[in-house]
Amino acid sequence: MKDFTLDDLRGLMRASAGVDEAVDLDGDIADVPFTEMNYDSLAVLELAGRIERDWEIVVPDDVIMELKTPAEVLGYVNRQKVA
Amino acid sequence: MSAAAVVTGIGVVAPTGMGAEEHWAATLRGDGAIGEISRFDASSYPVRLAGEVRDFVAAGNVPGRLIPQTDHWTHMALVAADMALADAGVVPADLPEYEMGVITASSSGGVEFGQREIQELWSKGPRHVGAYQSIAWFYAATTGQISIRYGMRGPCGVVVAEQAGALESLAQARRVLDDGARLVVSGGTDAPFSPYGLTCQMANGLLSTRRDPRRAYLPFDADANGYVPGEGGAILIVEDADSARERGAGTWYGVVAGHAATFDPPPGSGRPRTLDRAIRGALADAGVEPGEVDVVFADAAGVPEADRAEAEAIAAVFGDHGVPVTAPKTLTGRLYAGGPALDIATALLAMRDSVIPPTAGVAAPAPGCRIDLVTGEPRAGRVRTALVLARGHGGFNAALVLKEPPGRPGRADHPTDDRSDR
Repeated sequence: MKDFTLDDLRGLMRASAGVDEAVDLDGDIADVPFTEMNYDSLAVLELAGRIERDWEIVVPDDVIMELKTPAEVLGYVNRQKVA
Repeated sequence: MSAAAVVTGIGVVAPTGMGAEEHWAATLRGDGAIGEISRFDASSYPVRLAGEVRDFVAAGNVPGRLIPQTDHWTHMALVAADMALADAGVVPADLPEYEMGVITASSSGGVEFGQREIQELWSKGPRHVGAYQSIAWFYAATTGQISIRYGMRGPCGVVVAEQAGALESLAQARRVLDDGARLVVSGGTDAPFSPYGLTCQMANGLLSTRRDPRRAYLPFDADANGYVPGEGGAILIVEDADSARERGAGTWYGVVAGHAATFDPPPGSGRPRTLDRAIRGALADAGVEPGEVDVVFADAAGVPEADRAEAEAIAAVFGDHGVPVTAPKTLTGRLYAGGPALDIATALLAMRDSVIPPTAGVAAPAPGCRIDLVTGEPRAGRVRTALVLARGHGGFNAALVLKEPPGRPGRADHPTDDRSDR
């Protein structure tokens, strides 16, 4: 199964919570906290739901709340895929 | 005596047009906006016609983040609210956040969004229901999103009373202005078109199943056979008159001068319906005599028995053929919570331009409807005081009195400025 990449995550972020005209998701966002991109807790929960639906990787609610940046989400998801 | 509640901004998203002026021009021209349902495939449904807002596009008009997070009904209200605030010249950041409120009306809630998520639940399971279902489909979603978007942290709420709701939202806006708020975003929209939404409406047995858009919704006509549903509505900025003056509000469309609401007794009780009491209550609240009312915007159910009941209530207060009555909603269908909000907008524009728009498609009231129904062409004549009526399925009645703004200059530009020409 292929890796879950930052571009995959970008796609899910757009689909799940929409695009804020003031935030450039195509930029270097790997280490930008979700809160700084105006992704609130509900947006992050929705993101977890999309990852589960599209990638069949369960990110529990209490875990997703601790993943503060796209890089942390990528790390978690790819570790689960290996496991 | 409380300060006056004045309407200073109008935003319209309606089948008749985007923006108050487009809607008003179409209304005076009598451009019908009822057509085949296009929002979903309704070809197997007995109800095939609706008033849809064909020109509405969320992308580019609704903040990008809110598009997947909210229902079509909220999208339309966000656009209408933005128009209304711009029309009023309100810069929310310049006003105290706890003195601005949001009170809208809703009837269908986020039914299209909700249906999508419920289908996911049925077909794939609970993990496939999106997180935004939690905030998108409940009635207060629109009020909440407007409040967040503009930083309006004062009195907020939502009124749910089917078609009567938007009159109640204005009444509630007036109450909170009395209590010290300075500005309220009020009115409402509705977006009832998904298979689930339409099926819920059909349960009342009152929708028209005709296929000809010109003959489908004919309130007060001998050929009345139900109503056509519609989507959209209007958002209205209501302000305390002193605050509006203080910030230099440009346009005062009118004053929310009186309101009353009643509830009908249960069917079979033998007791009479109570719309006439709502009318009398609203006039008394406004300090207006029946003879001072220049036009009545009717609820116009489009169902013979309900039309007759409304005509009787109007005649009971104003006398037979005692006041001009109109129902421009014949162009759009009944917009549920959005309907009376649009009627208020239309009434205020009638006041501004001294002309009463007609009831489209109806040649003459049915025998037994003893009202002076404005049909055919717009009727010129000054509108100082307008009465808007609304009934919600299940027994809601509401009446709202709008008056010309105080100190409105003479209308020398209007040759029809003469009550004798009514």
